[in-house]
Amino acid sequence: MKLTQTPSQTVGPYFSYALTSEQYGYDFRSLFGPVLAEPQVAGEHIRLTGRVIYGDGVPVPDAMLEICQANADGRFVASRAEGLASGFRGFGRCGTGTHPARHYWFDTVKPGAAAPGEAPCIDVIVTMRGMLLHAFTRVYFDDEREANARDPVLAALPAERRATLIATREAQPGGVAYRFDIRMQGSKETVFLDL
Amino acid sequence: MPAKPSVAPRDWASQPPYVYPGYKSTVKRGPTRPLLPLKSALVQRNAPVYGHEDIGPLDHDLTRNAARNGAPLGERIVVTGRVLDEDGRPAAHTLVEIWQANAAGRYVHKADQHNAPLDPNFLGAGRCLTDREGRYRFLTIKPGAYPWQNHPNGWRPNHIHFSLFGQHFASRLVTQMYFSGDPLLALDPIYLSAPERGRGRLLSRLNLDVVGEAGFALGFEFDIVLRGPHETPAEA
Ligand SMILES: [Fe+3]
Repeated sequence: MKLTQTPSQTVGPYFSYALTSEQYGYDFRSLFGPVLAEPQVAGEHIRLTGRVIYGDGVPVPDAMLEICQANADGRFVASRAEGLASGFRGFGRCGTGTHPARHYWFDTVKPGAAAPGEAPCIDVIVTMRGMLLHAFTRVYFDDEREANARDPVLAALPAERRATLIATREAQPGGVAYRFDIRMQGSKETVFLDL
Repeated sequence: MPAKPSVAPRDWASQPPYVYPGYKSTVKRGPTRPLLPLKSALVQRNAPVYGHEDIGPLDHDLTRNAARNGAPLGERIVVTGRVLDEDGRPAAHTLVEIWQANAAGRYVHKADQHNAPLDPNFLGAGRCLTDREGRYRFLTIKPGAYPWQNHPNGWRPNHIHFSLFGQHFASRLVTQMYFSGDPLLALDPIYLSAPERGRGRLLSRLNLDVVGEAGFALGFEFDIVLRGPHETPAEA
């Protein structure tokens, strides 16, 4: 006999002191934060940043993003010990409530392709007050044209929707950033995945 | 590393919709386009890694993990249960994170403007890992109801927020635990957004036997069912 799945419920507006406590300045240790890669980690160090935008173009001030990715060699972190030894966590969390323009940010390395034929990408979980269940999406990179052209997930999408999954490379004073805005609705609604 | 088995799809008959007009903020925040289905091979991403070393000795005890000069006010409760998959198999060694209002219905959060007292001895955040049988256990204070702006004189029923990962990136669950018999449940659009088929899963049951020590705390049992293994139809 199958058990019924527990329904999802909204994360609500008050998650930050439990889930993103150090980022928001609460006195409770964070298990996960916006830094996925320590400086010694091999690969190109990048910042992934952007906003979550809702209905009428307003940035969401109380969303939480979680990202999961492979390292520069396309390998996922298999254990806590491995993550500690390499300095690469492979998983991060950031809320949109502490940046004045409601940006999220992650300091990480650009991932390698996780499997032959797939383009490099970062998996994203989006949750916020006003969402009853989280949404999954993915970040691809605009300087990976050839790999993106072959990627099976991108290939399943019409061109104008594909663009919603592709981050834009920007040179910034501190290093390389990729800009990735998530639009919850509207003509440029981000593609969300049935993961 | 051996490939992990794939994970079963979300059961849309027990999950709330993205847009549920009774909960007003969903109207502008919930995705409106159909989700892009992924082949199961692409779903086999790992969950985050963590260990017992990441969990502090008082992280599971919300009556003590932020105490400064005494015990928090309110009814002490034990909240315990098992994390299972849809086949009833335990999710061992999985992270369970919780947060909640204090006994007066107030969150320790800069955005909470509810005019109810903060408790200097209560933060309202906790976490633990499940054991080999998938069991977790928290000692905390029964959270109070609090008002919200969704509709005139709206009040959230007593609830505890839960966040879990399970074994897969895709088995992520953020939910809320309620208390059976709370009269506010019938008026709460967030609780009611869960289809009837799954709604009962959100209710904890009074079980005084889980506490162990008589006269110390009320006990509530709350099992959580995550997405199970995928029964792979012959897929190329
Ligand atoms: Fe709440």
